[in-house]
Amino acid sequence: MPPARQYDSMNESRTIVVTVNGRRHEAKVPVRMTLVDFLRHQLGLTGTHVGCEHGVCGACTVLFDGRAARACLMFAVQADEHEVTTVEGIAAVNEDLHPLQAAFRDHHGLQCGFCTPGFLTTLLEFLQNNPSPTEEEARDAISGNLCRCTGYQGIVAATLDAADRLRSRKEPST
Amino acid sequence: MSRGTFGQNVPRLEDPDLLLGRARFVDDIHLPGLLEAAFVRSPHAHARIRGLDKTAALALPGVHAVFTLADLKPYLTAERLAVALPSPSYKQILDRPVLATDEVVHVGEPVAIIVADNRYVAEDAVALLELDYEPLPAAVDCKQALTAGAPLAHSHSPHNVVAEFTMGFGDVDAAVAGAAHIFRESLWQHRGGSHSIECRGVLAYHEPIEDRLTVWSSTQTPHAAARILSDLFGRDENRVRVIAPDVGGGFGPKLVFYPEDVSVALAAMLLKRPVKWIEDRYEHFVGTTQERDQYWDVEIAVDAEARILGVRGSLIHDHGAYTARGVNVPYGSAAAMTLCYQVPAYRLDVKLVVTNKVPVTPVRGAGQPQGVFAMERLLDRVAGELGLDRAEVRRRNLIPAAKMPYATPLKTRGGMPVVLDSGDYPACQQLALQRASWDGFAARQNAARAQGKYLGIGMANFVEGTGRGPFEPVTVRIAPSGKVHVYSGAVALGQSTKTMLAQIVAEQLGGDMANLTITTGDSAATPLGFGAFNSRQAVLAGSSAHRAAVKVREKALKAAGSLLQLSAGDLEIEGAYVCRKGGLGQRVSFGEIARATAGSPGFYLPGGVAPGMEATEHVVIDDMAYSNGTAVAEVEVDIETGAVSIRNIVFAHDCGKVIHPKIVEGQILGGVAHGVGNALFEWMGFNEDGQPVTTTLADYLLVTATEMAPVILLHRESPTPLNELGIKGVGEAGTLPTAAAIISAIENALSGFGVHITQTPIRPAEIVAQILAKRGP
Repeated sequence: MPPARQYDSMNESRTIVVTVNGRRHEAKVPVRMTLVDFLRHQLGLTGTHVGCEHGVCGACTVLFDGRAARACLMFAVQADEHEVTTVEGIAAVNEDLHPLQAAFRDHHGLQCGFCTPGFLTTLLEFLQNNPSPTEEEARDAISGNLCRCTGYQGIVAATLDAADRLRSRKEPST
Repeated sequence: MSRGTFGQNVPRLEDPDLLLGRARFVDDIHLPGLLEAAFVRSPHAHARIRGLDKTAALALPGVHAVFTLADLKPYLTAERLAVALPSPSYKQILDRPVLATDEVVHVGEPVAIIVADNRYVAEDAVALLELDYEPLPAAVDCKQALTAGAPLAHSHSPHNVVAEFTMGFGDVDAAVAGAAHIFRESLWQHRGGSHSIECRGVLAYHEPIEDRLTVWSSTQTPHAAARILSDLFGRDENRVRVIAPDVGGGFGPKLVFYPEDVSVALAAMLLKRPVKWIEDRYEHFVGTTQERDQYWDVEIAVDAEARILGVRGSLIHDHGAYTARGVNVPYGSAAAMTLCYQVPAYRLDVKLVVTNKVPVTPVRGAGQPQGVFAMERLLDRVAGELGLDRAEVRRRNLIPAAKMPYATPLKTRGGMPVVLDSGDYPACQQLALQRASWDGFAARQNAARAQGKYLGIGMANFVEGTGRGPFEPVTVRIAPSGKVHVYSGAVALGQSTKTMLAQIVAEQLGGDMANLTITTGDSAATPLGFGAFNSRQAVLAGSSAHRAAVKVREKALKAAGSLLQLSAGDLEIEGAYVCRKGGLGQRVSFGEIARATAGSPGFYLPGGVAPGMEATEHVVIDDMAYSNGTAVAEVEVDIETGAVSIRNIVFAHDCGKVIHPKIVEGQILGGVAHGVGNALFEWMGFNEDGQPVTTTLADYLLVTATEMAPVILLHRESPTPLNELGIKGVGEAGTLPTAAAIISAIENALSGFGVHITQTPIRPAEIVAQILAKRGP
């Protein structure tokens, strides 16, 4: 195939329908556009960050049909007819922080905050599946997310505290 | 009485936006008409560029420009970035070109900038740019590059030595000659990149109505960047503004001014469109400065009681392909080496060697961890040879508290005397040893050995020069809205700088953190400024913030006294009000005071105060404040696989007065994690041709949560007399002793095999190889 044709196919677009943070979007996207670029640059949801573009750092993690997934390793077209939750979908205002976000704040689980959205989405799924994790399980759960600032200690403490807060929210003390 | 904020664990101002996904990092900024850039980078460590053909790249739809240095040159006052800090030790000048033209000297060196509708198309065009290279032999290993007949890293250079200096004091040869014992170590030390999770990024926009160039950059030093851009473009300083928005970590390399910064800014001016370039992780490995190899040959002379008589040796330092900052990394190594101990004589001969690799500039710790490692390895050796406890050898040599302040014969790179200002190093060591149950370790080790487990313990002391002067400006202003606006040349990269400044200012001005706005990292906000490096901002910007806030407080009290017809002594500040003490209801708001002191035509200013409710301070502190600490690491080594698991790290430290305990802990924990990486994981590899072989985060290993041991932090507080608040820096402390303590612990765990470790990092295969070599397969 001559080079010109090859680049044309790169610029081919499809129309997708994707629900992001509960809102339905119909959008035309180039087939080679990654999901994270679509979220950030086409929908303007810049809370999801790009750290390595090869699936190691976890900064771009979003919830894809409720499961934590690397938005840098997916194409936007793969999100057609699926649901995505980004950090913007966890809470809208500071007064309404999710217990996990509040625990990150209270345990100094973030410094520069660039990796934080990926940790939050990863842990949201984890705490749903494992509401009473041990410290070891919490460390395991975030072992696919890199943070260069905190040494993870505050993040682990926040995770365990968030689990407590979420449990007591579900089982109000009598 | 207003609520105190200094020294308290107040909520961070930075957190809400970061937690809600509303922060503004460079790549989050979008402007209408935005174009995106990609760089064409050298695939060779060393090559001559014989030709370049843009035709195919320019023909690609969506490509707006392909610029080489030839295209940019007419708009530049210089073709090279003269950014080296001064030093008398340079043997040759190796300033980086804006873009490489005839010769490339490392893989990743930028050769051309391509601007297109978006990054995808820009990268397509990168693949279409035709470049004809003639590969040249490369200088890869810095030790080999010094040998006769080694390839020259720059074909026009006379040799591969960039700079050479000797650090030291006393007659070390005489001291060593009479010594009871002399021990020698040859060490290889490697530190890698910074790897902030946010890579670098630049967005430039030229606004034609006011003819103003605005550059948003993920930089630690926006003021320096603005000055360099003004110089390079010959533009008035007031028409260039550099802003560091939210920055996703820096750790050193973002203090450097890069070829990409000037290329993107110029492309935006030439194309009359905003242009953005966001570094990807591969580019971070080959385009962002890093630390790398140091070879140490050092010996220590002690008397029969293990008291140090002298330390001497040589250091060969891999400088990379250009001088992107200066001689400061090995200078820091050499200066840090002996700092905690009473050393009568010292001499280190240092050579900086140019190699065909990414330029080397400071990464968190800035050479100091290597100096600490070299010293602590020597002291472990003394202890082993003389049959003494490692802690006891250090106890005999640490500078005692009674000798503080302790004037060393050393000078900083700027010529300031190195005077250890305060601290009790032996007490700090004792605190750590006690918490780590150092004395009870032998029993733990024996019990574990009985179960076939190999435990080890190790320790290291450090002293860190913090708060590099001369100053960092802060303006504090009460606005007519009643808000307190704070502006500083400091830069926020995750160290909680905004919270730190707010705490210091709120302590004087009402205690309401929510009533403050903090502006950092904006060259237009303060005419002067340095930025974030060398654990300096709490010391320098903090001191300026304190003094400016005190001045505004005094002024507010005086003006309010006039408005309320009370004496200033009867007043106190509560929230955004100046009130009569005792809660008698008489009060005047910050807003009213600000309006009154802004003046009214033809009327007196209240209380005769100077116009405006503001103060600007540039508190000058030339001498550095010296933090100190002790790390103790306990590890378990699997002798079959060489895997090291860290059971715990005890870290006792003293950074003077603590402004925010949680933030201080966070700074240390992050530094310790970096040190763990330096001990066990982080290796920026190059093959014999100078090709980088670790260019993904799957090859270059950063510490994750599962490798990170629990860290127990212990604090001592020896306020420095050098600033009014008594504070010392803490941002890099964690990196200084951690690798040394871990390596000591691994060696201790394997002492039965006679394993001796002379390197960082040490990888599992190397540990197994040493065990096999000693005990046989």
